[in-house]
Amino acid sequence: MRFVDEYRDPAAARIVLEQIRRLVGDEHHTFMEVCGGHTHTIYRHGIEHVLPEAVELVHGPGCPVCVIPMGRVDDAIAVAEQPGVMFTSFGDMMRVPGGNGNLLEAKARGADVRFVYSPLDALRLAVEHPDREVVFFAVGFETTAPSTALTLLKARADGVTNFSVFSNHVTIVPPIKAILDSPDLRLDGFLGPGHVSTVVGNRPYRFVPEQYGKPVVTTGFEPLDILQGVQMLLAQRREGRCEVENQYSRIVRDEGNPRALAALAEVFELRPHFEWRGLGFIAQSALKLNSDFAAWDAELRFDVPGVRVADPKACQCGEVLKGVIKPWECKVFGTACTPQTPIGTCMVSSEGACAAYYNFGRLHREVSVSVGAGRPS
Amino acid sequence: MCLGIPGQLAELVPGTEGQLAVVDVAGVRRRVNIGLLEDEVLEVGDWVLIHVGFAMSKIDEAEAEVALASLHLLGQAYDEEVEALRASALGEEAAS
Ligand code: SF4
Repeated sequence: MRFVDEYRDPAAARIVLEQIRRLVGDEHHTFMEVCGGHTHTIYRHGIEHVLPEAVELVHGPGCPVCVIPMGRVDDAIAVAEQPGVMFTSFGDMMRVPGGNGNLLEAKARGADVRFVYSPLDALRLAVEHPDREVVFFAVGFETTAPSTALTLLKARADGVTNFSVFSNHVTIVPPIKAILDSPDLRLDGFLGPGHVSTVVGNRPYRFVPEQYGKPVVTTGFEPLDILQGVQMLLAQRREGRCEVENQYSRIVRDEGNPRALAALAEVFELRPHFEWRGLGFIAQSALKLNSDFAAWDAELRFDVPGVRVADPKACQCGEVLKGVIKPWECKVFGTACTPQTPIGTCMVSSEGACAAYYNFGRLHREVSVSVGAGRPS
Repeated sequence: MCLGIPGQLAELVPGTEGQLAVVDVAGVRRRVNIGLLEDEVLEVGDWVLIHVGFAMSKIDEAEAEVALASLHLLGQAYDEEVEALRASALGEEAAS
């Protein structure tokens, strides 16, 4: 129980773990945590090793940096390299490899690429540099998309015309559906994403129990939250219930944030389809600017090659993102692919499964392998 | 980017129609957009969770403590996020 001692409330964690042990029974339970923040907590706190072996956590596609396909990074670089463009991006995206290098390399070649903390910083750069075309590389689920929407509303209100957005915003529900439809995976339930759900609420997940017969528990990011989420999933299975429950009710409301949803509806529309790394094309899974905002849409204002680029042969991010393999099962993990020299996206963001495992999980695993060597697996 | 950082409301910025607030984040005061919390009653002293310069949810003090404690455990990733927030000129001249 070395890990539990390090939790903020070890006594509470022990009680929940005891409940989990009682609920497990003879079955094996495979739960997917959708969100990269959960993956991070799970490895950081060795949660896999305090759970009974019969409970397996597989990592989902909920790290927005990880799911951007290589072709979109190339598109970003192509826009960044056009004359007069000042290209702005969150720091996380700078090292994501495309087929043609990453944004930092484009910067080294002379493109004006700048790291910003917020889309509002990009808008401010546009106001300060009226002679430049400032483009913002927008990524993220519904957690960050409302920020982009409000920034665009402000750009329009203030009449800022030298600002545009290259939208790569994605939505959380379609990939969950794609995973449920995928033949490689047998899941028994989901730990639903915490922060995304503050925006979308819990209602959009109802199809998971209703159509697929799997429980969902929207869960927070503390170790104790994750344990409680697992406990609630197990309790549903044991009691023959199957519904959407909210472990994270201290922040997440069923109806989400109506103001944020309204801003999304005002600015964006669904793309007919969008390519996800590892999951392929998913219908209506991403957001583009609607026609009211065409003047601020970088895809309309610039030549965007839009070429599909296959992932490198060695890269198994797709399988990692679907939870089919664990990070350490990828052949280049930790050798050719490290956070310093990422081959795949999952190694870039600190919320990517490979980076989280590289940074925290390996040590835990070595401990558990030696301790658990005598156990049947 | 996905990290939510808790901050405490220090002051509502007048003349911004409730869109901006000064928030104390890890001992640093920053302007933050609070437009997404229009439906909430926000007062000085309240805690909010901030993503990329926008307050996304109102939280209570206990939750803020929990969030801060787990962020500190992130070490470098947290330091970088707070550093980025500090460096961000959010809302200085341009927010007007
Ligand atoms: S180790 Fe690298 S290439 Fe392999 S799945 Fe992880 S990020 Fe992708």
